[in-house]
Amino acid sequence: MPVTATESRFDLRLAQRKRFGTFMLCLFFLATVFGLLVLLTLLVDVTVTGLRWLDADFLTSFPSRNPEEAGIKSAIVGSLWMMGLTALFAVPLGVGAAVYLEEYAPRGWFLRVIQVNIANLAGIPSVIYGILGLGLFVRFMALERSLLAGSLTMALLILPVIVIATQEALRAVPSGIRESAYALGATRSQVIWSHLLPIATPGILTGVILALSRALGETAPLIMIGALTFIAFLPESVMDPFTVLPIQIFNWTTRPQAAFQELAAAAIIVLMVFLFLMNLSAILLRNHFDKKRAL
Amino acid sequence: MKRVPSGKGAGSLSLQANLYNSPRERLIKWVLGLSAVLTIFTTLGIAGVLLGESVAFFQQVSFRQFFLDTEWTPQFADKHFGIWPLLSGTLLVTVIAALVALPLGLCSAIYIAEYAPERVRRILKPGLELLAGVPTVVYGYFALTFVTPLLQRVLPQLQVFNALSAGIVVGIMIIPMVASLSEDAFRAVPRALAEGGYALGATKLEVVTRIQLPAALSGIIASFILALSRAIGETMIVTLAAGATPRLTLDPTGSIQTMTAYIVQVSLGDTPQGTVVYQSLFAVGLVLFLITLGMNLGANAVIRRFKESY
Repeated sequence: MPVTATESRFDLRLAQRKRFGTFMLCLFFLATVFGLLVLLTLLVDVTVTGLRWLDADFLTSFPSRNPEEAGIKSAIVGSLWMMGLTALFAVPLGVGAAVYLEEYAPRGWFLRVIQVNIANLAGIPSVIYGILGLGLFVRFMALERSLLAGSLTMALLILPVIVIATQEALRAVPSGIRESAYALGATRSQVIWSHLLPIATPGILTGVILALSRALGETAPLIMIGALTFIAFLPESVMDPFTVLPIQIFNWTTRPQAAFQELAAAAIIVLMVFLFLMNLSAILLRNHFDKKRAL
Repeated sequence: MKRVPSGKGAGSLSLQANLYNSPRERLIKWVLGLSAVLTIFTTLGIAGVLLGESVAFFQQVSFRQFFLDTEWTPQFADKHFGIWPLLSGTLLVTVIAALVALPLGLCSAIYIAEYAPERVRRILKPGLELLAGVPTVVYGYFALTFVTPLLQRVLPQLQVFNALSAGIVVGIMIIPMVASLSEDAFRAVPRALAEGGYALGATKLEVVTRIQLPAALSGIIASFILALSRAIGETMIVTLAAGATPRLTLDPTGSIQTMTAYIVQVSLGDTPQGTVVYQSLFAVGLVLFLITLGMNLGANAVIRRFKESY
């Protein structure tokens, strides 16, 4: 008997351990697929619900109290305005800040403070940016509920994303390129403008597109600055009130009538198609430039 | 900038030491520097706006009322401004989200980092990134019109607006964040550790869970903290699906209100500037800001403290 006790103590139970390993592997795999299944369910559910409302009339009509006549014209145009203006403010500022931090800033406490600050800004809830927009742009600067106030708020929101993406793209530029340019006597701005930025462009563009697709989907900050109004006209200047797709979706989802919820689903389809196209273009862009560089 | 030696006397070796510093070059430097400093102004702006109105709020509502009262009824004639119902609603949603996202995200990270063949990884990773790109208003719609009716079949007492389905969907939203940050942590573990484990006769699962998991723990914990901070700040899902009933409760089947949902609710109504309700928006925002800021700084501290400890 003591022999078997010793034997069992040294029993490796390898088969059992491997079986447990396989079981856990299945579990890990299922957990990974779960998220994708939810995404698929969401897309199918939205498409089934919203597709029958989605036609040319829906895209070219203004919102209406009557679900049969309601459309998303002002929301689409508002979203496009919003994206364009946001990019106009955020891209030069974000790229400029990143160039300064990577190429100019002396190493030290100042740089560290800015870096930590940018990382923190990226983690601040978007609704807080909405409060900033409300307090600073809408009230203090008296821009009212305009496209300008909305896009300035959005630009501050996506600024950290663009800065971080641009910094990474600049860091990926081989330092030999800087060294050879400086060796030929180029000034700093010449090195940046003619060498670093062109080489970093694919990385910067990918970051910009992803940041803009975040801006396209954000709702809370724009509700905060008061963009939630019934808009049955197109904005003509940056001082006009506006609506965007996510806000139209929010508005329809909160209505009790089933027809409006189906309209929300139809608008979601349009929004998701926009986002999908933007993501796709980011991926294609990256692939295109990667191939070019490899040649 | 590794390529620029720092410290005194190293200047002559600097790559850019001999640069011609024309006024134009200096101007470019200053303009670029200004845009970098703008990020600091953003933070100061947020703090300024939040503090400015909060000071006005706390002149009318004492800290005592804010932190000791258990009712939040700013819309009623008998106004109470106890933050606890909003905090408990936020906590409830965050805990449910954590129960969904942390195990699923961690398991996904383990699978993608340690098990998935290259071809599968190339499909799964962008797939999970798509999940992160879905706008939160769409998730809110999904929670309200799909998840809640589904859950009601199992839990008939579930209200139309409830913390449970909002929490579950917030959890789904933050899965990609947990998965991708934890995966980075797994990848940073040196190969030699795993090989040591195999040399001792451990199975793959034992190597993953008993060697690589502990070695990657700091990164994993940081990813958990960041994801929970995101869950606390999530707005549209809870506004649409969790309701607008500030209640001090831990019952997930009923309607509650989170801090973010309250902020949206106030700004939906046309609350006149200068009233105590308008100012309460900034006070709640300040609490939310401080909580998420603390968590973000905490996650950074965890990473810095435990980095390269093996």
